[in-house]
Amino acid sequence: MNARFERLGAYTFLCLFALAVLLPLFSILSVALQPQGAPVTGLSWPDDPQWGNFARAWTTGSFGDLITSSMIVAVVVVPVATVLSVMTGYAFGTMRFRGSTPLFYVMLIGIVMPYEATVVPLYYDLRQFGLTDNYLGLMLPEIGLSVSFGTFWMRAFFLSTPRALIEAARMDGANSFTVLFRILLPVARPAVTTLMVLFFVWSWNEFLLSLVLLQDPAVRTAPAGLGLFVGQRTTDVAGLSAGALIVTVPVVLVYLFLQRHVIRGMLQGAVKG
Amino acid sequence: MRANSRVAYLYILPGFLVFALFVLVPLGHTAWLSLYDWDGITLGTWTGLDNYTEQLADPDVRTAFSHSMVFLFFFAALPIGLGLVLASVLSRFRLRGLGFFRTVIFLPQVVTAVVVGIAWRWMYADEGTVNQLLSAVGLDGLARAWLGDFTWALPALGLVGTWVMSGLCMVLFLAGISKIDASLYEAARVDGAGPVREFFAVTLPGLKQEMAVGLTLTTIAALRSFDLVYVTTGGGPGNATNVPGFEIYKLAFRQGAVGEACAVAVMLTVLIFTVVLLITRLLREKL
Repeated sequence: MNARFERLGAYTFLCLFALAVLLPLFSILSVALQPQGAPVTGLSWPDDPQWGNFARAWTTGSFGDLITSSMIVAVVVVPVATVLSVMTGYAFGTMRFRGSTPLFYVMLIGIVMPYEATVVPLYYDLRQFGLTDNYLGLMLPEIGLSVSFGTFWMRAFFLSTPRALIEAARMDGANSFTVLFRILLPVARPAVTTLMVLFFVWSWNEFLLSLVLLQDPAVRTAPAGLGLFVGQRTTDVAGLSAGALIVTVPVVLVYLFLQRHVIRGMLQGAVKG
Repeated sequence: MRANSRVAYLYILPGFLVFALFVLVPLGHTAWLSLYDWDGITLGTWTGLDNYTEQLADPDVRTAFSHSMVFLFFFAALPIGLGLVLASVLSRFRLRGLGFFRTVIFLPQVVTAVVVGIAWRWMYADEGTVNQLLSAVGLDGLARAWLGDFTWALPALGLVGTWVMSGLCMVLFLAGISKIDASLYEAARVDGAGPVREFFAVTLPGLKQEMAVGLTLTTIAALRSFDLVYVTTGGGPGNATNVPGFEIYKLAFRQGAVGEACAVAVMLTVLIFTVVLLITRLLREKL
């Protein structure tokens, strides 16, 4: 009887916590469905939910363009950063070479470092090369930062694979390339998937770099565009909320389908914010 | 061996190059620019450490860093405490549907910070949900425009951080507890330990590794915070919610004080590295 009571208490805890998490998200939805121009109100399901606000945000609110820009950036950043990370992680995890330890520590800097510490010169330097307001100007710093974490992540994976596997292949005369592609990558699939999912989430959510480096509306990414809308003190809170939800959908979908990878990566990957 | 080294360098080269060019070089350039007086347009002049002494004495910058300390409480201490309590309570039961709850509770980690900011702006608005809930329980007197209030804006923002980080901590600690040897708990129970003793004798020591990870993640999030402040308050009202990250942005891109911005950026970076190093030294045996 007592145990059942305690169990009930545990469920109550969980439900309250989950409610607290969902409440703000639900409140965005309820604002998004209000008629255009209505003020922000608390939790109230509108009598006549304006689902058209989503279509309006997509077209006239230009969230369609913002999403496209974010997609373009992510579609390049994720695979490129993954390939580069697999290569560096492979070298650090399976090969012995001079300077490997200090070099590895240098690469870890990118995991802890705040973006605020690089964004100022990045803006002025990239502008000189005509790379501001250019997708490349955002992609390259994102790749650089991602590779920092990716090196750490893939090295840990390659260190955990049995040495015998690699040695045996080498005895058969396989070169390092064959070992990586034929032997290691097939077993690395889960680790690589986790890495790609994390890279996608980070790229999608990146705000400061995008805000500063891509100021031209034609190339602006979704979070930055959203941030600027808020800054303009718009009166169309319904449209803004609808836009915010549109921006959230892709990353939440990835999370729902691949949540094991997201949670595992964020918890084991330790330090990245 | 020599040939082997060359192969290794070839694998590292492309990744390292991008990292060096777009992370390391700008980082060094920040440090370099922090020694100049530069408005971003005309020619800069060398000022040595003037930017640092100036910024350290500047009340705005000092408040920004002191707000970081407040954020440490809300982003790190509170979520870790909450996560520990919840995880240790929940791990005592075999709960059905835990997977579903974990999915929901971890969700704030995935949602773009800008969207989190907008959601909470609506929550804290005059007619928003928070005030609505307060008046529902008869506390109308407390209702206010939270983010426009000089006293309450900072803790209100801090609580958003608590909202974002608590789920992460709980999931992290739940995973950690499930790895603790069950016989340790049995032994504690045989010795007649209650839930509280059990927590301090078995659970807490067993979570050392997870503590290190949780502390690192949450403190970095607290010290780095920019997105949330930019979207919700823009540092205001007045200076009430300004943080170093936002101060850097403001100095560099709104006031054209690039050298000063870089000096603050260097100070923030040093602070973050020191804190992370401390946590690692204290709690983690190996990286």
